[in-house]
Amino acid sequence: MTRIASVLRRIKTDAAAPVMALVFAVAASSVVLLVAGSNPIQAYSDMLKHASKLETMIDILNRATPLFIAGIAAAIGFRMNLFNIGVEGQYLLAALVAAHVGGLVHLPAPLHIALILLVAMSVGAAYSGVAGVLKVTKGVHEVISTIMLNAIATSGLIVAGLQAWQAGGGLGGNVTRVGTTPIDESGRLPNLNGFVEIFTRDIGRDRELTGVLVVAIAVGVAYHVIVGRSRFGFDLRASGANPFAAHVGGIPPKRMIVTAMVLSGAVAGLVGMTEIMDGGVFPANPIQGLGFAGIAVALLGRNSAIGALVAALIFAFLDISSGILQNTGSASREIVQIMQGLIILAAVVAYQVTERARAREEAKAAATALAAVAS
Amino acid sequence: MARAIELIGITKRFPGVVANDKVDLAVEQGEIHAVCGENGAGKSTLMKILYGMQNADEGTMKVNGQEVRFHKPTDAIDLGIGMVHQHFMLADQLTVLESVILGSEPTLAGGRIDFAAAKAHLAEVSQAYGLNVDPDQLIESLEVGERQRVEIIKVLYRGAKILILDEPTAVLVPQEVEELFRNLRELKANGATILFIDHKLAEVLAIADTVTVLRQGRSVATVKAADVTAPQLAELMVGSELPTPATSESTVTDDVVLQVRDLQINEAGRPVVSDVNIVIRRGEVVGVAGVEGNGQAALVDGIIGTRPVAGGTIELLGDDVTRQSVRHRRERGIGYIPQDRQREGLLLLAPLWENAALGHQTQAPYSQGFWMNRSGMRTATQEIRSEFDVRTPNIDVAAHALSGGNQQKFIVGREMHSQPTLLVAAHPTRGIDVGAQAAVWDQLKAARAAGLATLLVSADLDELIGLSDTIVVMFRGRIVATLDPAKVTPRDLGAYMTGAATQDDAA
Ligand SMILES: Nc1ncnc2c1ncn2[C@@H]1O[C@H](COP(=O)(O)OP(=O)(O)OP(=O)(O)O)[C@@H](O)[C@H]1O
Ligand SMILES: [Mg+2]
Repeated sequence: MTRIASVLRRIKTDAAAPVMALVFAVAASSVVLLVAGSNPIQAYSDMLKHASKLETMIDILNRATPLFIAGIAAAIGFRMNLFNIGVEGQYLLAALVAAHVGGLVHLPAPLHIALILLVAMSVGAAYSGVAGVLKVTKGVHEVISTIMLNAIATSGLIVAGLQAWQAGGGLGGNVTRVGTTPIDESGRLPNLNGFVEIFTRDIGRDRELTGVLVVAIAVGVAYHVIVGRSRFGFDLRASGANPFAAHVGGIPPKRMIVTAMVLSGAVAGLVGMTEIMDGGVFPANPIQGLGFAGIAVALLGRNSAIGALVAALIFAFLDISSGILQNTGSASREIVQIMQGLIILAAVVAYQVTERARAREEAKAAATALAAVAS
Repeated sequence: MARAIELIGITKRFPGVVANDKVDLAVEQGEIHAVCGENGAGKSTLMKILYGMQNADEGTMKVNGQEVRFHKPTDAIDLGIGMVHQHFMLADQLTVLESVILGSEPTLAGGRIDFAAAKAHLAEVSQAYGLNVDPDQLIESLEVGERQRVEIIKVLYRGAKILILDEPTAVLVPQEVEELFRNLRELKANGATILFIDHKLAEVLAIADTVTVLRQGRSVATVKAADVTAPQLAELMVGSELPTPATSESTVTDDVVLQVRDLQINEAGRPVVSDVNIVIRRGEVVGVAGVEGNGQAALVDGIIGTRPVAGGTIELLGDDVTRQSVRHRRERGIGYIPQDRQREGLLLLAPLWENAALGHQTQAPYSQGFWMNRSGMRTATQEIRSEFDVRTPNIDVAAHALSGGNQQKFIVGREMHSQPTLLVAAHPTRGIDVGAQAAVWDQLKAARAAGLATLLVSADLDELIGLSDTIVVMFRGRIVATLDPAKVTPRDLGAYMTGAATQDDAA
């Protein structure tokens, strides 16, 4: 009984900060909208009306899926006090190589899918591992090394890879107009429309709910139980919290740094799967920026799986809504970026505030309890 | 002249406890005022309030007769108050000089820091008070006693007139304590007012003019040091007599647990431990005496496995573990009480029940195979809490919320709970009050009788003599004497520790 009550109380206090952040962000955005001469009520109601459509919800989920995975990738690093800025480069490179390998081979479906996922994770892990190894051997801070690795990936390796591996052979020169060789149907994840339609009407307008959602859920569950409940997770958190105490407790700090980077990179490798497993190719112009968005997701979600889920949905909602604002003309689409920034800012402040409020409340409760005993 | 400090009715609550309950404290100008009390009595909290680090919930403070209200330490510093904390607050990556001047940097035109002037001032201060430090050394490479010195210099450097010292002697050997006390008397002669916390009552009576005793958050008495004896003071604090550790008959067996041969450990290419040979058998306590910085810390690190060994071997239960990992060694049964509990012993923001597993997380009852065992962790934590009298509202509080002494008791309890075969204990009773200290000694003795082998590093010579079967003295990285505690006095030990006396290995 009391356990349930305490769990409920924890949920209440845990949710307080993000809710405060959201309220603040909405209020502040309203001011921005007013100053810009738009009607905030109109803008919000357009966004919500739009989002309540089944097809838009599919869009939101499709968008939230890679954001969530990227958020978990960043969160793994944060748990170990590592700032893996490199999720961006890791996922793009991983998706490119995985798409290429997936396009080369012909295998039965489960094997083909497994191979693509495995290649993506390995490439992400290896690329991120470089930063880990540089940190423990040369003392290079991971922020520096991952920024460099991002640059090398996005402006070097990926361009070169796209040229070398584009479908139908090289077009000659430096032209990269098409993506990689399309992956066989056996290597693509089926969409989840059939599953959704059990509960809803048919999904229209060619919307497909990405099958990678299943992968994302698996990643989220694995992260939650492994970090929270396993021995490895304990070691990871301990090493992140106090590397000296962890070291005398038998947790080698250097190995932990490399392991955390490798795992973070492996998860990052899955971020691009929505792109290549739905479309079947690594396109000439892939979606970028998911890695950086993932950092915001981890931050807002406080490195927890549930938190990252909520954060990913909020960011996806805002991303998708920016289009409708453009269409209805009720506000400029940039307001969405402003809101995303405001939410992150507000979240950081709100976590501080609720933390203090909780300590105060507990102290008051203790004092009343003691007074009752004394009298 | 107005009192230097007057605290009236100070109350401070934390989750689950009232740390200060209407505390009154009056400190006269130019006196040395000791604050004593059990672990968790509220001493550090009161000092932090006076230093502006924490806000009192109720009460008024007066400094030099003026009512004040501090919101942050700089408010207190501006009024000439300086504090050396129970747990040091130095950043690893800074040099001694940088740490000292941090927050009060002398600047040149254009805002650049005037390092030359800073260095000169630092030299002046350390000269004046006989506190020697190397301004260019990294904090990271300092031992606890040296960090202590840096903290004190930092306060003096800023010209504090009212000094708060929270357990400054906890890790100092008697010579260093005397040195510190000489400095304090000098400061006092120059008009400074000093407030300090200490669990060693003999020290309190030696240095203090006045003593205020706190018990469970209340001030229960303020007495002139000249009017009380140590037993009376102990009575006031905990309501019990002053304990002395006295070893019962020897329980040493023939089974060798730890054998260290010709050990050499280097730091920056220079040996800090050389030619060290130690044997510890089941049921034996080997005490290591030495002034801080003579290689004890490196020796301990080498045995635990956190520092690479440059030469020699370490055998645990007959196996060579010289190149084995820390985890391997701990799974073979090494328990470890680190010299700096917050740095190496705790995850300060994690709850107690998670801290209980640290260092033992691969073993039952803390884990089962791949998974941690939450109920096992909680049960073990409750056992540690009750067996070692760890005062805490519950086991879900974060480790930082425990008072210093209770953190220490918790760590001792954690290491003893796993029934180690070898206990490596550095200052195991550091910061523990006299009552609880006796309990910890009893626990160590009982474990020894049951076959525990112990390497005991301590600055408390009575503790060393009382608990050890053999005492080795380390000086400049070498063992310079091997002594029988039954035949040695703290005075003799002191002579060996400073290198004033030597012993032929043959003797
Ligand atoms: N930040 C905090 N949060 C919660 N509780 C705290 C906090 N700081 C201190 N306490 C509690 O307040 C009480 C007094 O602690 P304090 O550190 O003042 O004791 P102390 O007299 O200095 O003890 P010791 O001799 O062990 O250092 C303890 O019960 C402790 O658990
Ligand atoms: Mg204290």
